[in-house]
Amino acid sequence: MFLSITYSGENTQDIGFLFRKNPARLQVFHLSYGKAHIFYPEVSARRTTLALLLEIDPVDLARGKAGAQGGLFDYVNDRPYVSSSFTSVAISRLFGSAMGGRSDTHQALADARLDLSARIAMLPCRGDTDMLGRVFGPLGYAVDFETFGADETFPDWGKNRYVNLSLTGRVRLQDLLHHLYVLIPVFDRQKHYWIGKEEVEKLLRHGKEWLHAHPEKEFITRRYLSKSRALANLALQRLRADDEVYEPGEALSEEDEDKKPGLQQQRLGSVLAAIRACQAASVIDFGCGEGRLLSLLMKEKQLRKIAAVDVAFSVLERARERIHYDRLTETQRRGIDIFQGSLTYRDKRFEGFDVACVVEVIEHLDLPRLAAFERVLFAHARPGHVILTTPNREYNEKYALEGLRHGDHRFEWTRREFRDWAERMTRQYPYSVRFSEIGDPDEKLGAPTQMAQFSRLPDMPPVSFAEAGTAAGESGAP
Amino acid sequence: MTVNTMETMMENVRPAKIIEIPEFAVVMLMGASGSGKSSFAKKHFRPTEILSSDYFRGLVSDDENNQLVSAAAFDALYYIANKRLDIGRLTVIDATNVQQEARAGILRLAREQNCHAIAIVLDTPPALCLERNAGRPDRDFGEHVVRRQSEQLRRSLRHLEKEGFRYVFVLRGAEETDSARIVRKPLWNNKREERGPFDIIGDVHGCFDELALLIAKLGYRIDPQSMAAAHPEGRKLIFLGDLCDRGPENIKVLQLVMRTVAAGGAHCVIGNHDFKLLKFLKGRQVTRTHGLDGTIAELEDATAEFRAEVGKFLESLISHYVFDDGKLVVAHAGIKEKFQGRGSGRVKEFCMYGETTGETDEYGLPVRLDWAGEYRGAALVVFGHTPNPEALRINRTICIDTGCVFGGKLTALRYPEKELVDVPAAREYYRPMKPLSPGTPENDDLLRIDDVLRQNYLSTRLKANIKVREENAMAALEVMSRFALDPHWLIYLPPTMSPSETSALEHYLEHPREAFAYYKTRGVGKVVCEQKHMGSRAVILLCRDVTVARERFKVQEEKRGVIHTRTGRAFFDDEAVEAHLLDRLDALLTASGFWNDFSTDWVCLDAEIMPWSAKARQLLETQYAPVGRAGRAALAEATNAIEAALAASAQSPAAAKTPAPPGQSGQDADLATLLAAFRARQETLSLYTDAYRRYCWEVRSPDDYRIAPFHVLASEGKVWHGENHMTHMETIARYMTGADPVFMATPCRIVETLDEDSIAAGVAWWEELTANGNEGMVVKPFDFIATKGGELLQPAIKCRGREYLRIIYGPEYTLENNLERLRKRGLAHKRRLALNEFALGMEALDRFVRKEPLHRVHECVFAILAMESEPVDPRL
Repeated sequence: MFLSITYSGENTQDIGFLFRKNPARLQVFHLSYGKAHIFYPEVSARRTTLALLLEIDPVDLARGKAGAQGGLFDYVNDRPYVSSSFTSVAISRLFGSAMGGRSDTHQALADARLDLSARIAMLPCRGDTDMLGRVFGPLGYAVDFETFGADETFPDWGKNRYVNLSLTGRVRLQDLLHHLYVLIPVFDRQKHYWIGKEEVEKLLRHGKEWLHAHPEKEFITRRYLSKSRALANLALQRLRADDEVYEPGEALSEEDEDKKPGLQQQRLGSVLAAIRACQAASVIDFGCGEGRLLSLLMKEKQLRKIAAVDVAFSVLERARERIHYDRLTETQRRGIDIFQGSLTYRDKRFEGFDVACVVEVIEHLDLPRLAAFERVLFAHARPGHVILTTPNREYNEKYALEGLRHGDHRFEWTRREFRDWAERMTRQYPYSVRFSEIGDPDEKLGAPTQMAQFSRLPDMPPVSFAEAGTAAGESGAP
Repeated sequence: MTVNTMETMMENVRPAKIIEIPEFAVVMLMGASGSGKSSFAKKHFRPTEILSSDYFRGLVSDDENNQLVSAAAFDALYYIANKRLDIGRLTVIDATNVQQEARAGILRLAREQNCHAIAIVLDTPPALCLERNAGRPDRDFGEHVVRRQSEQLRRSLRHLEKEGFRYVFVLRGAEETDSARIVRKPLWNNKREERGPFDIIGDVHGCFDELALLIAKLGYRIDPQSMAAAHPEGRKLIFLGDLCDRGPENIKVLQLVMRTVAAGGAHCVIGNHDFKLLKFLKGRQVTRTHGLDGTIAELEDATAEFRAEVGKFLESLISHYVFDDGKLVVAHAGIKEKFQGRGSGRVKEFCMYGETTGETDEYGLPVRLDWAGEYRGAALVVFGHTPNPEALRINRTICIDTGCVFGGKLTALRYPEKELVDVPAAREYYRPMKPLSPGTPENDDLLRIDDVLRQNYLSTRLKANIKVREENAMAALEVMSRFALDPHWLIYLPPTMSPSETSALEHYLEHPREAFAYYKTRGVGKVVCEQKHMGSRAVILLCRDVTVARERFKVQEEKRGVIHTRTGRAFFDDEAVEAHLLDRLDALLTASGFWNDFSTDWVCLDAEIMPWSAKARQLLETQYAPVGRAGRAALAEATNAIEAALAASAQSPAAAKTPAPPGQSGQDADLATLLAAFRARQETLSLYTDAYRRYCWEVRSPDDYRIAPFHVLASEGKVWHGENHMTHMETIARYMTGADPVFMATPCRIVETLDEDSIAAGVAWWEELTANGNEGMVVKPFDFIATKGGELLQPAIKCRGREYLRIIYGPEYTLENNLERLRKRGLAHKRRLALNEFALGMEALDRFVRKEPLHRVHECVFAILAMESEPVDPRL
């Protein structure tokens, strides 16, 4: 909402010529999202300050412009008050020639390094205060900031959510404007417009003179193109072309860090091996998620029928994308069924499979719901085999974890607990069970993942539940 | 002229041929081209009942005579026929049907649908057919076609019954065809008009003494002459079959049942034992096992006349009956939904033996499939056949065979009272093959995906045909499966609540006048205003102890109750806090005598739990508080800068003379005006901060919670929607509050909507509440359920305070330019949702209190959750 730029030196009011904004007047500009006011709180020969004050319409943000179908933002929103991509847009719209470094009357001033300082009010930084120095420091600024939590009466709510940031340095005005243009959204991380390919061009244009040499260019690039990893990679590739010294690999996204690809691979490998060993022709994958196992199963030529089930409808879409479902031929599609289902509801579509995979799923069920799951799986779906994996809680010690491995895990079992449960299943349902471990085992703690393979016992009549209490009194069917 | 008159007269005197068909059947019309089938069909059946092959040829190809598309046309015809028969609609198939293959398809259809196939044959002379066809230019096929069809028809005639047509009617010649009349008869099993009251009795197996005692207990008297039982109030007995075998006095039982049925005082369906006895009486080979030998011995001592009477009686018994508009179905071994009201060998088999896998268990008894566990029908099915120590309810079925002959008891179900009456067996007359053990209605409480995930219409007492959209159900499935409590606990979810109409008053978006007006214009003279607490909605379910929870709610957790959110999630992350608060509530209810006064051992409450920050901490921390903080700091920064600019321009008029650089679009504006506008904004930000802070405080221990119950939703045997809101408030104030500061009563008052002073007082109260920083109030009709002309009214309307609404519409919503734009908001969708969810919530409670099966309660609760995913303006 508020940004000011101060020039200290001689005849500082001349900076008005670079900005092309008259220091004597309040001027208002109409932008698509609201108004920009420009005025000078301070004008003197030694110090001149220009202020850019944005007046963003909160109701328009929430409802969209008159006639539009609703806005992008909540009514209760910090956008009207913070420094954000709205600020960047205003800088480029209002100070275009200053950013270009051109001046009809004061080219020397435009080309000169000046003692400039900028005050950026309420820059959202969500705790990233240490990055402020690492991002602005290398660009030649002294960095000073004051932090704000979410509410001063509740000091432990959202510490360091915002900063009032002051930058002081000897730079050209155009440099400062480019830096602000790119780096405000890098900290705010919430662009008000759709991020498309042209964002890459914008980043490279505004960062032309400084980004490729910046030690935090990876951070800046990823953050600037925050929502799109593909775009960030594209931009980084193009930056690398100008840069010989680049170390690839290190910066995994948070998402990738969670997944521990090694263990995941091993787990899926073990599951596949078990499926092959069962000589299965049909497999149902419960809790298929985004279809990692599914895409592997599709390569198993011996499988004639594959079903993938998840309770979250949205991930099924991604599973379909992963296997390019739309591009499969009709014959390829015939054996594949991807559908929404829940492991706590009995479902006819679950029946008739040689193998059911329940890979890293049960720990996402609340313990009291497990009873329903057991009946759905063992009494009704009744697959020939069940291949079930779940974390070994003991192993968490190796990760120095106090709690559970994932925020959505409702429980994690020790090896003993898992065995007890699985063996109870074999007493209640006509299945046998074998256990194995997945991942590099620790002598004391076991392996990170534990697996049980249940096999339905042959020559047993199907279990019928109303029959448990059936007594005498049947003269037999004809 | 004369001839015509003569013919008409002759027709009038000749008795018309009467064709009697069952009200539900597949009717095949058969006849050569031009025989008059279509005119006949049009005359006797509704247009929608007739599926004509010509018509379907037209549908698929635009040409009714296009023989090339016959296969496709019949495909479509059978598809529609199946849909009609699925829902029990008589269906007429109008095609030539002179070939056996064509008829085989119809018979297969009837068999699959468990209904009778009827043939009506139009044996019209070929000459007449040809004459008719000649008059139709589209039927240009040769004479030989019609002649061949007539030939095939004649040859088929005598095979039709053998092929499987239950009744065959042949109309010879135009005259007979024209004069024929069709009469539709109800199926034998259709006793929908009989509504009871009934006393339904399980397997008697020759236990006459117990039977006599039981019917005496039920108020019947046996006429010593005829041996027929009768009830002074006209109640009727229904016997579920298996009258004889194994027990001591088979003849006496048969006698009593036969005579009572003959006198119109009873109905009886056939059991497997009765069927076997019938086979024996018809002279067929039977193995004299399972007690049949005893019955035969008794019958051998009886007169031939009596044996004949028994044979005739057993022959007359049918598989099942449908009573009371389809609400009650009885059959010996039960009956699944799709067989009810149908008649076929398969249906009869099922009704006598149940559904078996064809395998036998360790006792050599057939392994039965669990049809009752699968049962989702609306009708109550009462059956016997499988003895259990106690009557066994599974879904909407009840098995009342309690093994009298094995030393158990003889049980009757009173209908419509649904009470059980029984008489213990005097002794064990017959040794059971395996011991009687309690039935485990396991499938009863395992939910099925079809219970929730399909485009679904739910009917509730308060509102019929509530539609649950599939995409909403899909969203709800995820939430229900991943986050909600065990569905056994969820007997209710709260409905959404609509705000009042947008206020016409300046400065206000919501005001109580509109809420009062809503009820006043709908004839509600008295409303209850309750203070609206700003916390989080919670449903509290409390049992007196863990045993009650386990038995009444069938949960496996060792918990005495739950506190859950409006989406069915546990309210507290920490189970210990939940348990502690439930214990405290129980202490209050015990001390105040609630449990005893309302003779219940569980209660379900609607409540608000404060502080808001306890549940909404994340929202506050990431959205509400930061907006205030950023707004206050940024606006301070901005106003300081404007002030500085104002001061600078005042001090330095020289600066004003600097010429504006050319080519800029900037306009001059007034700093003072800008300053005023930004100061006004700054002011709203601090009011906003004050508004949300009122609902926030640290919770260090459970003592810091405030819980305000505002509805007593249900207790054993009672859904409290019959009590008015003042009764709810008073009950809560009296039994639940006062002694423990955590539990608080809700301030409330009555407003008479026709009394202007009363309205003014209500408005003043609201103003006082909201001036003190309270959220506002909820206006409810005095009666819990209010209707106008049969239409359900909003169960509650909220009026939120001006300051509170900053949390909803943003800090600056009160600025005049903003407020004007916000006035445009549509309530219709929100109100429809509120009504639907309320109706579903009440229905769920009704069903739970009536002890209906889990899936019946769950489908309502699930539908509420589904509706919560409906996109609706979240600020309403």
